[in-house]
Amino acid sequence: MKVALVGGRVIDPAQGIDREADLLIEGERVAGCIGPGSAPSDYETIDVRGKVVVPGLIDIHVHLRDPGFEYKEDIESGTRAAAAGGFTRVCCMPNTNPAIDTGAVVRQIVETAKERGSARVHPIGAATRAMQGGQPTEMAELKAAGAIAISDDAFPLQDAETVRTIMQYCRMVDLPLMTHNEDKQLTEKGCMNDGYTATVLGLPGMPAAAEDIAVARNILLAKLTGCRLHLLHISTAGTVELLRRAKADGIEVTGEACPHHWALTDAACEGYRTDAKMNPPLRTEADCEAVKAGLKDGTIDCIVTDHAPHAEYEKEVEFEAAPFGILGLETSFPLTYTHLVLPGVLTLSQAIAKMTIEPACVLDLPDGAGTLEPGALADVAVLDLGAVWTVDRNAVRSKSHNTPFHGHELRGRAAFTLLGGRRIAL
Amino acid sequence: MKHLLSLRETPESDIRYLLDTAQVFKEILARPVKKVPTLRGRAMITLFYENSTRTRTSFEMAAKIMSAEAINIAVAQSSVAKGECLKDTLLTLQALKADCVVMRHSASGAAEFAAAQLGIPVVNAGDGRHEHPTQGLLDMLTIRQHKGDLSGLTVAIVGDILHSRVARSNVWGLTKLGAEVRLVGPRTLLPPHAEGLPVRVYDNLRQGLEGADVVNVLRLQLERMERGLLPSLREYSRMFGISPTSIRFARPDALVLHPGPMNRGVEISADVADGRHGIASAVEEQVTNGVAVRMAVLYTLMGAQNPSITD
Repeated sequence: MKVALVGGRVIDPAQGIDREADLLIEGERVAGCIGPGSAPSDYETIDVRGKVVVPGLIDIHVHLRDPGFEYKEDIESGTRAAAAGGFTRVCCMPNTNPAIDTGAVVRQIVETAKERGSARVHPIGAATRAMQGGQPTEMAELKAAGAIAISDDAFPLQDAETVRTIMQYCRMVDLPLMTHNEDKQLTEKGCMNDGYTATVLGLPGMPAAAEDIAVARNILLAKLTGCRLHLLHISTAGTVELLRRAKADGIEVTGEACPHHWALTDAACEGYRTDAKMNPPLRTEADCEAVKAGLKDGTIDCIVTDHAPHAEYEKEVEFEAAPFGILGLETSFPLTYTHLVLPGVLTLSQAIAKMTIEPACVLDLPDGAGTLEPGALADVAVLDLGAVWTVDRNAVRSKSHNTPFHGHELRGRAAFTLLGGRRIAL
Repeated sequence: MKHLLSLRETPESDIRYLLDTAQVFKEILARPVKKVPTLRGRAMITLFYENSTRTRTSFEMAAKIMSAEAINIAVAQSSVAKGECLKDTLLTLQALKADCVVMRHSASGAAEFAAAQLGIPVVNAGDGRHEHPTQGLLDMLTIRQHKGDLSGLTVAIVGDILHSRVARSNVWGLTKLGAEVRLVGPRTLLPPHAEGLPVRVYDNLRQGLEGADVVNVLRLQLERMERGLLPSLREYSRMFGISPTSIRFARPDALVLHPGPMNRGVEISADVADGRHGIASAVEEQVTNGVAVRMAVLYTLMGAQNPSITD
C-alpha cells in the first residue's frame, strides 16, 4: 500500500528537514519526502494541511506495569496512551512483577506489544535479579531476547561495588546502564523535595544533594569501567552541571529530563496533592531553569516522561503513604511545546529531536528509529500545533488518572500516529 | 468555618473569634455544675491514630460539658488493625452519623485528606509534623490572658522544631496576630528551610531568648537521640534546657509554656515547670485553656449557628 501525507510541514531533525513537503510511504517504510503537491497519483493521500509531520515520538522511560500490575496499566492501554501522545516507540522499565530479569519476560512483553500494542515496545532489563540489588541478571540473555538497556529504576543501587560490577558487565554485553540516581540514606522517609513547602507541610524532605551525590558516583564509576551511562529523570541543577562537566571530560554519559521537572515546582505538592508526588520529586524554580538550560545547550539529550500510572485508590491516601509516580505520555509533547518551544527555550526542531532521534541514539534503537529517512520504518506523528486544550484527568487513554496537570491549559497536541505506515485507531 | 485543619489556612478573623469564644467558655469551667445544653444531640467522634491522653481527654471534656456525645476510637481496637484504609474508616464514621470528627494521625496532611473526603466538620488534633491548631490556639489564649494583646510580643519557641506540629501552628497563629516568633534549637532539629517562614531562627539559646516575652518549650522526643540527631540528653539540656539560669536570658517577666507531657530535667527544669523562684509558668493553665479552646472549636463547627450543619 502506498500512502502520502500531503500538505503538511515535515520536520525531521535527523535529516535537517523542516519544510512544506509530502511524505511518501510504501508498505511499512518511508519512501521519501517530496515537494508539496507532487505526490504520484497512485498514492492514497491523507490531508495534513496545517499540521506538522515528524518521526514518531520516542519515550525511552515509561512504566507499562505489565506483567504484574495490570490494574494500573497494561501494554495495550499504555501504548494507546503513547499513541494518543504521538509516540510510536516506548522503552519500558523493569520494575514489573516478575521483574524484567529473564529473557522469557522480555519476550513476553515484545510479543504482547506486537499483538496488542499501539506503539513499539522495547523492554529494559533489570540490573539485578528481582531488582533486589544483589546478583546481576543474565544480561546477555536479556539482550538476545530484545532488551535494549539495563536499569535500576525504582530500586536505585546503593552499593558502589555493585554498581561497578554491573557497569563492567553492561560494558561487556554492550548495553547502556540507565541509573536512577538517589542516595537512599539521605532520602530515607522523604516524600517530596526538601524545601520550604516540605517545611510548611511538615513532610520529610529529599534533598537535591541525594541525587547529585549518586550522579557524581555513577559518573566516576562509568569513567572507571567504560560503561555507557544514561542518567534518568534529571531534576536538580547540580545534576545538570555534573553531566555538563562529565561530557566536557569526554565520559560516555547521556541524560534525560521529564516535563514535570521543568513545568512544575515543589509548590505543586501544596494541599498534599499526591498527584504531584513522584521520585525524583518536583524541585525549585532554580532547578527548573537549570533543566531548561541543560536541554537548550545540549547537556540533556532527550525528553522522557517516566510515565508511572497508579490506581486511584493507591493515590487517594495520606501523602506519605502514596506511591511515587505520575502519568506522562499524553501530556509530554504539549508540555514541551507550551513550556519550551513557545517561550523560545528550544526551537520546534530541537524539541522534536529530543523526542525522536536523540533518544534513539542514546539507546541505539534499531530500524531507523527517530527519523523519516527513506527506508526507515514509517513511524510517524502528526502534530496539531494550533490545538488549545485543557488536561482532564478523566479523559486519558491510560488506565490510571494520576496527572498533576489536570486543569492546565496547554498548546499543541498529537493528531494521530502511523505505525509502520498503518494509522493507529484510538 | 467548615473545618479546623491548620492555623496557616485559618483567617486572622476566625482565630480572633475562636479565642474570644474560648475566653467566654472558660467561665463555664469555673462553675460548680459544668454542663450547658449547647450541643445536645450532636455527636463528636475522636479518631486517634497516635497515643494521646491529654488532647483526647480535653476534647472529650469539652464535648461533654456542652452536652454532645463523645465517642472515642482508639485505632488499635478498630478495623484499621484489620488493614482498613483511612478513607474507608472516615466514610464509615460519617455513615454512623457523626457530626464532627476529631482526628490525630501520624501522617502530615491526614486532616486535610479527611476534610476532602467528608461532608462533616473535621478538627485536626495533630497530623504528623504539620499542625496542631487547637494547641496553637490554647497557647495563644494563655499568652493573651497573661500579656494582653499579642501584637508586638516576642515569643521564643525552643526545642525540636523540625518534628513539631505545635511549633508550626504557633508560628502561623502568633504571627497572624502580630507577634514576633523565634525558633530556637539545635541545627539538627531545625527545619532546613525554616528561614522561609515568617520567623527568626537561632541555634544559640541565649540569643534566641534575649528580650523574649514568652518562652514556649517543646517536648524533646527521646527517640531523636536514638536516631543520632543529638549526641546526648545531657548536652541538649545544657545547651537548650530551660532552667532558672537560662530563663534569665529572656525578659524578667517572661511567661513559660510547655505543651506537655514534660521531660523534667531535659528540656525544662522542675523549678521552671513548677514556677518556683518567681518564674511565671503557665503549664497547668494551658491544660484548662485547652478545654475552653476545644469547646469554642466544637461550638463553632457543630453549633446550630454553623450553616454548614443545616445546609
